[in-house]
Amino acid sequence: MPEALLTLTDVARTFDVSPAWLDRVLERKPRALLKAVDGVTLSIAKGETLGLVGESGCGKSTVARLIVGLYAPTRGTIAFDGTVLAGAGAAAAGGPAQRVARRGMQMIFQDPYASLNPRWRVADIVAEPIRAQNPETPRAEQTERVAALLAQVGLAAVDGVKYPHQFSGGQRQRISIARALSTQPRFLVCDEPTSALDVSVQAQVLNLMRDLQRRMGLTYLFISHNLAVVHHIADRVGVMYLGRIVELAPTRRLFTLPQHPYTRMLLAAVPDLAMTGASRTAVAGEVPNPLDPPSGCAFHPRCPFANERCRRERPELRPAPVAGEVACHAVEEGRIDAVELHAAKAGAATGDVGPNRGQETRADRL
Amino acid sequence: MSAASTEPLLEVDDLRVEFPLRHGTLRAVNGISFAIAPGEVLGVVGESGAGKSLTGAAVIGLIDPPGRIAGGEIRLAGRRIDNLAYEAMRKIRGREIGAVFQDPLTSLNPLYTIGRQLTETIRTHLPLSAAEALARAIGLLEEVGIPAAARRIDHYPHQFSGGMRQRVVIALALAAKPRLIIADEPTTALDVSIQAQIIQLLKRLCRDHGTAVMLVTHDMGVIAETADRVAVMYAGRIVEIGPVDEVIHRPAHPYTVGLMGSIPSIVDERARLAQIDGTMPRLDAVPDGCAFHPRCPRAIDRCRHDLPVLASVGATQAACWRPIVTERERIDA
Repeated sequence: MPEALLTLTDVARTFDVSPAWLDRVLERKPRALLKAVDGVTLSIAKGETLGLVGESGCGKSTVARLIVGLYAPTRGTIAFDGTVLAGAGAAAAGGPAQRVARRGMQMIFQDPYASLNPRWRVADIVAEPIRAQNPETPRAEQTERVAALLAQVGLAAVDGVKYPHQFSGGQRQRISIARALSTQPRFLVCDEPTSALDVSVQAQVLNLMRDLQRRMGLTYLFISHNLAVVHHIADRVGVMYLGRIVELAPTRRLFTLPQHPYTRMLLAAVPDLAMTGASRTAVAGEVPNPLDPPSGCAFHPRCPFANERCRRERPELRPAPVAGEVACHAVEEGRIDAVELHAAKAGAATGDVGPNRGQETRADRL
Repeated sequence: MSAASTEPLLEVDDLRVEFPLRHGTLRAVNGISFAIAPGEVLGVVGESGAGKSLTGAAVIGLIDPPGRIAGGEIRLAGRRIDNLAYEAMRKIRGREIGAVFQDPLTSLNPLYTIGRQLTETIRTHLPLSAAEALARAIGLLEEVGIPAAARRIDHYPHQFSGGMRQRVVIALALAAKPRLIIADEPTTALDVSIQAQIIQLLKRLCRDHGTAVMLVTHDMGVIAETADRVAVMYAGRIVEIGPVDEVIHRPAHPYTVGLMGSIPSIVDERARLAQIDGTMPRLDAVPDGCAFHPRCPRAIDRCRHDLPVLASVGATQAACWRPIVTERERIDA
């Protein structure tokens, strides 16, 4: 296992969404706590892309914000490159160790229309992190670095004098990437970076991110609700449901041999080009209210394999029968066939019936 | 079946939608023609600004001024509807053509119960008593899969989840038994598992009722599963139209080829996605000739001057001077 760059241990974040104090007293309304992230443990190796998928409200964006320090965790520790950023034994906030570590990570946001200041010229937007971190940087060097950064993301140096509104959505996301790269980070947290873009532009941005990763040895946490995008870009994928990771596995394994019933359901629900004219059974039910999550396994009300134990006892993330980890009693007890293939789709597209087992073991070792 | 069923339900002929600006006019939809047969699902895809939503809005007569239909004809079951007066069109809207939009929260009135909105629509278009309308409303809610419909009918839109709200909107669209539904990005605001439920629901209802659908979306996956035929739009024009399987797997227009190649999939593994460099031109600066020529790897001199029109290429129709005909060319492109 290569060295971990980022490690999250049992990280949780609870939001207090209680009614106002007076309402609680007068109308005897109870306190309400929303467990947005509830015990997430994961690590990301250097140079790796970890994808995080899930439906709205599953806590994936909260994980991103916890990592970059926009939220403080309620419980658990976050360590980056040997420095504990939050939780027990954390380096002093604002202290030198924190500052050095924080410089190593940057974030790319979903909406390139909201994340760029409309009154600033592009060159100033890209240079801002450089100035913030090292105000002594000479003007000429700043200009030079901004030009190099813009060239890196496929824009011209002369674009620096323009304002964000003069660019299309895809070009704006390139500006966001240039800004994120300006402090020479090693780790980028990307929260739905292509969700606001058209597909042909999304392809441009995904290709660019991949090229930059290869050239600069970057590590990505890539968060998306789009399984196809994550399948394309990630080395490993974590699936979240109601604040917890239910399955974490190498990408190829996750998409060919999904273990957790929720993962199987998600994959079956994705409309795909290979599915012309095909019909399939949609899964019933919706994500439950996170303020009042079900007991035991949060997925049990929608799960066709749930039994008494699932209603009572919360499953922990354990090594899966095939590579990766899964949090499911039914898989652990062997109540679900581990190799029930996602065959309809895999077969329809590639013509072969099952995944290549030889390649599967190679993925196991990743 | 009578002879009427072979006639198209909707015919759009050389439709133009324009927006007058201070300097000149903006042609958002520029001479498009297509037809939808009864019970058929026509997918309309394209990137933002391609004119797909405006085409749908033109059909139901909901183009916001100063935008206007500047030319062409729209016929529903042989009757021209693009030049009707506001009141006449209002009777057709809802009765003959239903609509489902992207955001279910803004398509419903937050101040009325869904029961009131449903019965109002039903009684506007069908000669039913209040009690009959209520019974039909409950029946519709049951049909779109809302549990405990008789109780839920007294709830307000905010008391429903996003997926359930979209089911209510579909019930509203079907309330007066229309023959055509315009669905504009009906699943875009929904999570993937809910999206699958809504697609299945739309497909089942339209099959059961024989309703035709014009499905406008940017999501090719949704089109692949739902549509019978698909029209691909680029810069206000249809560049390719044909059976869904042909357009997706054997496209003839270089833009369609690039578009299909740029969509990541959960089954095949590619190191890189196909990439169409550049972006769609702004509508006030659409190039001469074929609008796609500056981005097209196959462009020849003629593409810069002459506007290609739709012509049969294999099983689809493409507007291209150098369409991709053989499998070899498709791989190279």
